Amino acid sequence: MFEYAPAPESRDIVDIRPSYGLFVNGEWVDSLGDERAKTINPASEEVLAEFAMADDADVDRAVAAARKAYESVWGRLPGRERAKYLFRIARIIQERARELAVLESLDNGKPIRESRDVDLPLVAAHFFYYAGWADKLAYAGFGRRTADGAGFADPRPLGVAAQVIPWNFPLLMLAWKVAPALACGNTVVLKPAETTPLTALAFAEICRQADLPPGVVNIVTGAGATGAALVAHPDVNKVAFTGSTEVGRQIARTVAGTGKKLTLELGGKAANIVFDDAPLDQAVEGIVNGIFFNQGHVCCAGSRLLVQESIEEELLAALKRRLGTLRLGDPLDKNTDIGAINSAAQLDKIKELSEAGEQEGAERWSPPCPLPDKGFWFPPTLFTGVAQSHRIAREEIFGPVLSVLTFRTPAEAVEKANNTPYGLSAGVWTEKGSRILWMAERLRAGVVWSNTFNRFDPTSPFGGYKESGYGREGGVHGLEAYLDV
Amino acid sequence: MTEPGRLTVRKTYKLYIGGAFPRSESGRSYPVTSSKGDFLANAALASRKDARDAVIAARKAFPGWSGATAYNRGQILYRIAEMLEGRRAQFADEVAAADGVSARKAGELVDAAVDRLVWYAGWSDKIGAIRGSANPVAGPYLNLSTAEPVGVVAVAAPPEGPLLGLISVIAPVIVTGNTCVVVASERAPLPAVTLAEALATSDLPGGVVNLLTGRLGELAPWLASHMDVNALDLTGCPDDLALSCEQAAAENLKRVFRPSGKPDWLADPGTARLTAFLETKTVWHPIGV
Repeated sequence: MFEYAPAPESRDIVDIRPSYGLFVNGEWVDSLGDERAKTINPASEEVLAEFAMADDADVDRAVAAARKAYESVWGRLPGRERAKYLFRIARIIQERARELAVLESLDNGKPIRESRDVDLPLVAAHFFYYAGWADKLAYAGFGRRTADGAGFADPRPLGVAAQVIPWNFPLLMLAWKVAPALACGNTVVLKPAETTPLTALAFAEICRQADLPPGVVNIVTGAGATGAALVAHPDVNKVAFTGSTEVGRQIARTVAGTGKKLTLELGGKAANIVFDDAPLDQAVEGIVNGIFFNQGHVCCAGSRLLVQESIEEELLAALKRRLGTLRLGDPLDKNTDIGAINSAAQLDKIKELSEAGEQEGAERWSPPCPLPDKGFWFPPTLFTGVAQSHRIAREEIFGPVLSVLTFRTPAEAVEKANNTPYGLSAGVWTEKGSRILWMAERLRAGVVWSNTFNRFDPTSPFGGYKESGYGREGGVHGLEAYLDV
Repeated sequence: MTEPGRLTVRKTYKLYIGGAFPRSESGRSYPVTSSKGDFLANAALASRKDARDAVIAARKAFPGWSGATAYNRGQILYRIAEMLEGRRAQFADEVAAADGVSARKAGELVDAAVDRLVWYAGWSDKIGAIRGSANPVAGPYLNLSTAEPVGVVAVAAPPEGPLLGLISVIAPVIVTGNTCVVVASERAPLPAVTLAEALATSDLPGGVVNLLTGRLGELAPWLASHMDVNALDLTGCPDDLALSCEQAAAENLKRVFRPSGKPDWLADPGTARLTAFLETKTVWHPIGV
C-alpha cells in the first residue's frame, strides 16, 4: 500500500454548541426533565456536546405543537406552497453541505468521503424529489376520479407523524422520513438516535432559516424511552421507524389496534451472490462496497457472500488483496475508507458475534490493519467456512464483517439467499442477463442490486420483505406511508 | 324435486386443505343452523392442527401459484366465476337459509359474488402496471419496481355475507399470486364449503385456497402467531380478537389488513385489498457497453 500523507478535512467549518435543548414549535426549549446525555466523536471519544433526554412531558409538548401546526397551518397549506418550503430546505442543505458532512462524520464516525459524496447529496436530492410531489399528489395514483368527474381529488395527509431514526445515516434517514411526510401535508416529531443527534439538531436550524412555520418539524432528542413515548403517544397518526427488528417488533405491538399507520425499515442479512461468469474485478468492488461501506453499519449490507464453488479460491484471493488496500482511520481524512465504529456498545456487539464465528468453527481473516489507540475500531474482517447455521450467517452483525458461503447451482443460491427471516436486499453478479432476471424474480428481498450494490436514489423505493419491515421509502411508493389511502 | 318416499342424500360438509376435503383431524363437528334456528348440517370444527396443515399446504402451493403467469391466474379466477354461475341455485339456497333473505335477494347476492370474481380476475395482469414503476434514478442504471405477492395470507372471512363477503376477501388475495388459509364465517360456513367444491373444479391448484370451518376465536390466534404466515386479513375478527391477533402478528412482522368500519360488500371494492398483500421489489442494473 502507498503511504499517503494525512489529508484531513477542516472541522473549523462546524460550530457545535456545548449544549442543546429540544426543538419544539420552532423554538429551542429546555427539557422539562433534567436528564441529559453527551454525544461523543467515536473516532476520539472526545465529547462533542451535551443534549437533553426528552421525557414524556417533552414528547407531549412536541406532539401538541405538531398537532397545532397541522390543524392551523400545514394541513391547510396548498401543495405548491409546501413544495416551495421543501425546495428551500433542499437548497439550504446544498449550501451547507460541507459543514453538515463534517458534522456527520464527527458525530457518527463515517469517512468524510462517504458523508460528503453519498449522504449529503442524497439528503438534498430527497428533499428536492419530494418537494416536487407536494402539489402533484392527486396524480400519484392513489385516488380515483372525483365524484363530479372533473379531476382527481388530493389524497389527504394523516396528521402528526412520529419518526424514530437510527445512527447509521443520521441526516439521510431524517430526510427519508421528513421529506415525504411534509410533502404529503403531515407535521413531524422526530427523534434522532442518542449517539448521533447533532445533524438533526443542525436541521432544526435549517428549518428556521427556511422560515418553516413553527411546529411543522419538532425534534426531540433522547434514547429508547423517548422513542417509546413518542410512538405510543395517543395523538400521533403515523409512526415511522428505522432500526433493529427487535425494536420494530415492540413498536408493532405498541401500535397494534390503534389504527396508526406504521412503516418499519428494519434489519437485514443480505446475500451477495457471485456466479462463476461474473466480472470478477467489479464483483470484488461490489462486495467491498456491500459490506465495508459505512463500516458495515448498513441495514441492507451484503453481509453474506455467496460465491459459486468453482471460483471461490480466485475470488477470495482477489478480495483479500483488495481488503489489504483499505485505509482505516481518521474519518475526517479524505483518504479514509473505513471510519470508526459508531459506539462502544456496537463495537462490543461486533466483537461478540465475531468471537462466536470463531467458536462455531468459521475461519477468521483480516488484513494487517493497525487500529488507532483511541476511539472505537474494528478491522475489515471476513469469515470463510461459514455454515448456514452459524450465528454470523444468521444474525445481523452491523459491522465490517463478511461471512463467505458457497453454492453450486442457481437454485441452491436462491435457497440459501432466502434462508433468513430478513428480506431487505440482495445482490447478484453474473454476465448472463436471463439469469439475473431469473434470480431477481426468486429472491425474497425488497431491493435487488444486480452487478452493483448499495445504490440509493430518492426516486427508487426502498424497504423489506418479511422481518425486514413493511412499507417503502422513496419513489411514488414512499408517498403511501404518509397519505390516508 | 324429491320423489315421494325418497330420502334426499345429504352432503357432508368438510374442510378444504391442499385441494382435498378432509374432516377435522380432531374429529369434531358443530351444528349449523339457519337464520331461523333450524338445523342445516354438521360442519367440521377445525383445530389448531388443521390450521397448521392448511398453512403447510398454502406454503407448498405458493411457488407454483405465484410463479404462474398473471394471464393464467386471471383465467382461473374467471373459471371460478363460471363454476359459481353453474351452481347459482345451490348457492342461492344456502345464502337464503343462512341469512334469512328472500330467494330473489339471495340470487342477487350470488350474482354480485360472481361479478366480483370477474372483476378481480381482470386485475391479475393490470395491478402490476398500476403499482409498478420505472424509476428515473440519477445515474446510469435501469431501475424497476414491481409488485409481488407477500406469500401466505391468513384470512378471517366476515361473519356477514357468507358468499359475497367470502369471495370479496379471497379473490383479491389470490389474484396477485398469494395463497391463503381462510376461516369461514362461523355462523354460516356452508356456502364456504360449497365454494370449495367449485374451487376444486376450477383448475385452481390445490393449496392456493384452504378453507377452515369452526371457531374463529380458536383458530385466529394460531394463525396470527404462525411464523410461516406472512400477512393477516382481520376483516372477520371482532375488535378484541383483532387486537390480540395484531399484537401476535408483530412477532414475525406480518402485514396486517384491518378495514375501518363495517365493509359494504355491494360497494365498489377499490384496490386496497389487492395492494395490502403486495410487496414492492426494486431491481437495479447498471447501463453500459
